Amino acid sequence: MADKLLEMKNISKSFPGVQALSEVDFNVDKGEVHALVGENGAGKSTLMKVLTGIHPDYEKGQIFYKGEEVRFKNPAEAQKAGLAIIHQELELIPELTVAENVFLGREPGRGWINRKKLKADTKKIFEELGIEININKKIKHLTIGKQQMVEIARAISQDAEIIAMDEPTSSLSQQEVKILFALIQDLKEEGIAVIYISHQLEEIFEICDRVTVLRDGYKVKEQAVADINRDEIVRQMVGRDVEDRFPDFKINDGKPIFQVKNLSVPDLITDVSFEVRKGEIFGLAGLMGAGRSEIARAIYGVYKNRSGDIYLEGKKLNIKSPGDAIDRGIYYLTENRKDEGLIPELSVGENMSLSILEQLTIVKSVISKRKEKNLVKEFISKLDIRTPGPWQLVKNLSGGNQQKVILSRVLSTNPKLIIMDEPTRGIDVGAKHEIYKLMEELAAEGVAIIFISSELPEILNLTSRVGVIYDGRLQSIIDGSEVTQEKIMNLATGGSS
Amino acid sequence: MEDATIEQSTKYKEFILQFLDKFKAGIGLLALVIVMSFLSDRFLTLPNMLNIFRQVSIMGIMAVGMTMVIIAQGIDLSVGSILALSGAVTAGMMAGDTSIVLAVLIGLAVGTGLGLFNGLMISKAKLPDFIVTLAMMSIARGLTLVYTGGRPISGFDPVFRSIGGGRVGRVPIPAIIFAVILVIGYLVLTKTTFGRYIYAVGGNQKAARLAGINTDRIKIMVYAISGLLSAASGVILTSRLNSAQPTAGVAYELDVIAMVVLGGTSLIGGKGSVGGTLIGALIIGVLNNSLNLLGVASFYQEVAKGLVILVAVLLDSLQHRD
Repeated sequence: MADKLLEMKNISKSFPGVQALSEVDFNVDKGEVHALVGENGAGKSTLMKVLTGIHPDYEKGQIFYKGEEVRFKNPAEAQKAGLAIIHQELELIPELTVAENVFLGREPGRGWINRKKLKADTKKIFEELGIEININKKIKHLTIGKQQMVEIARAISQDAEIIAMDEPTSSLSQQEVKILFALIQDLKEEGIAVIYISHQLEEIFEICDRVTVLRDGYKVKEQAVADINRDEIVRQMVGRDVEDRFPDFKINDGKPIFQVKNLSVPDLITDVSFEVRKGEIFGLAGLMGAGRSEIARAIYGVYKNRSGDIYLEGKKLNIKSPGDAIDRGIYYLTENRKDEGLIPELSVGENMSLSILEQLTIVKSVISKRKEKNLVKEFISKLDIRTPGPWQLVKNLSGGNQQKVILSRVLSTNPKLIIMDEPTRGIDVGAKHEIYKLMEELAAEGVAIIFISSELPEILNLTSRVGVIYDGRLQSIIDGSEVTQEKIMNLATGGSS
Repeated sequence: MEDATIEQSTKYKEFILQFLDKFKAGIGLLALVIVMSFLSDRFLTLPNMLNIFRQVSIMGIMAVGMTMVIIAQGIDLSVGSILALSGAVTAGMMAGDTSIVLAVLIGLAVGTGLGLFNGLMISKAKLPDFIVTLAMMSIARGLTLVYTGGRPISGFDPVFRSIGGGRVGRVPIPAIIFAVILVIGYLVLTKTTFGRYIYAVGGNQKAARLAGINTDRIKIMVYAISGLLSAASGVILTSRLNSAQPTAGVAYELDVIAMVVLGGTSLIGGKGSVGGTLIGALIIGVLNNSLNLLGVASFYQEVAKGLVILVAVLLDSLQHRD
């Protein structure tokens, strides 16, 4: 029997209108990597927030840590006891250096910061972790992967015994994922426990010992990873069988409906030309920062200094702003739902209607509440959005449902071309599947889709052709019949096919 | 069984908390009124109530514009100076034998123009709102001093004087103008696409832009409206005093912002209402009136007002702390 480090018993927590957790048990042993999985809204984040003192007001249950009952009142208290959490959105200060961030709030020295000791201590931690990093660099100059290492170093420097990682790989390159996994292995050997939250089920089989599945605020099952397979976890998560994970898709040979020619934005993208056919899902692959999103944004009128031509249905378009693009039938779904998609203080309905509000009026500029309500109700049922009501604040919804709200906003404008930038990022398996199906339906209706994704299986299975971007240039367009994961990776890292 | 009752009672608790949260400014105002009605028998009389309305109407009109600015995640520090310049220009025009209507229109145009300039600098030149309007505060004040030569412009036609000093029945005309602007402000914010866009821009400007909203235009318009309403207040004040003072409206921006914030509009943007601002304006008005009735010296009044604002914002932030 391994040492029980953490025991959460019978935890219940509710929010206005939502029972987020219902009598959930969760255990972590010393030196284990314990996966916590579930669809969006299943209660994973809430459970972590209860644990680390962000929600100290849970209604029921007890937490035992190292055999003693605890109830942390705030994150600082939890941290002191040895519980660290690394959030999906990293919490580092971009203008400070690596060393300053690692010891933020605990700088050595009295009054004056002992910079020598600060640097020496930081160096020591990274050496122990076996990570190469320039500790004098400002955080803003580091890749996301390196920033994550800094977060982990910070946790280690505080003698953390449990580190919870929320979607740690969602913005990492494959290389960085490897480094992270090696690091987790090291932590494990030193007896540090890791709670690993991820939607990437493959990762769980790679590094986790046990997995606890949550669904709708209940614990479904806790089991050893060795005793279970992927399909079984998926079944537990969604409560039903999800069979073909990707819908079948035929190669499209429709007429070209959309074209870009010699699209360039100084310092971002160079001389990009391609076309998309009616009813086609065209993939754009490439590494983070290669320029995929920048191509989308250039088409969408975000950059003032864009050059090159854009044609839709044979007509040359003069797009100067996102508003122009939407008017012409082009819509860009951002990869950055929280920062660029949602308006948190507006309701679900108000978020949906935003792009066609001018059409939902009684007379010019006066909103027709009735027309707005009809639209909102239509999309809530069409996309099966789970919300307590149409006028609930959008910030209270789960990630998958929030994405569907933004998708409703996109679809409400009846676009002819939709650019979807990482539409399934940070979304659970069930909702992902629904989005794939929606894309298929849209394509069948004749909508052209440009699909940007870092998940190659998605790209391979959904698109009929894939353009690969490297360093702001379109390296090559691969036909669906010839595309393989290796081919894409080769081109995306600067190789020639 | 037991669980159900616990759930029920937490639901009630939540409901009451939400109710308190929504109406706390109103409850504060009510408490203030009740306490005062015991402390002074001159307080709760119709003439005194109308008096309070008249007193808050000038700043209240500006606060309606400020509410829109702050919901759009901006701030306008130039309102007091714009008030002074617009009032002075209107007065100067009339002194030069321009008709009252034209003089007032020119005054309003000056304020709107300066607001427009603020908006252009903030949205197109992408300068910080705080700095732009701080600079405008100085520019407009300076222009007022230049225009007036530092001396008041006084003595107007009785028709003009009735704007600030007249009554319809027993109701002061400034209070009526304030009420009309409140209603218009409420309708604009809740019923129009423009109003919705103000919330969207303030709530998340990037998202609003990607959703196709011309965010620059919304910001420019909001500052122009703030300028227009400041000018309107300038005209009313000039009329009421029968004089355009070059130092009129100094430090008004603080009271105006206080009214908006007391009314529950968040300085973070994206949230707030004109109804709240009315309550906020009345709190300031009742407070000033009460301190006067109680014979508190004016220097202490400033201290008391500051403390009330601090306590109100403190309560709000305590409540919303995670």
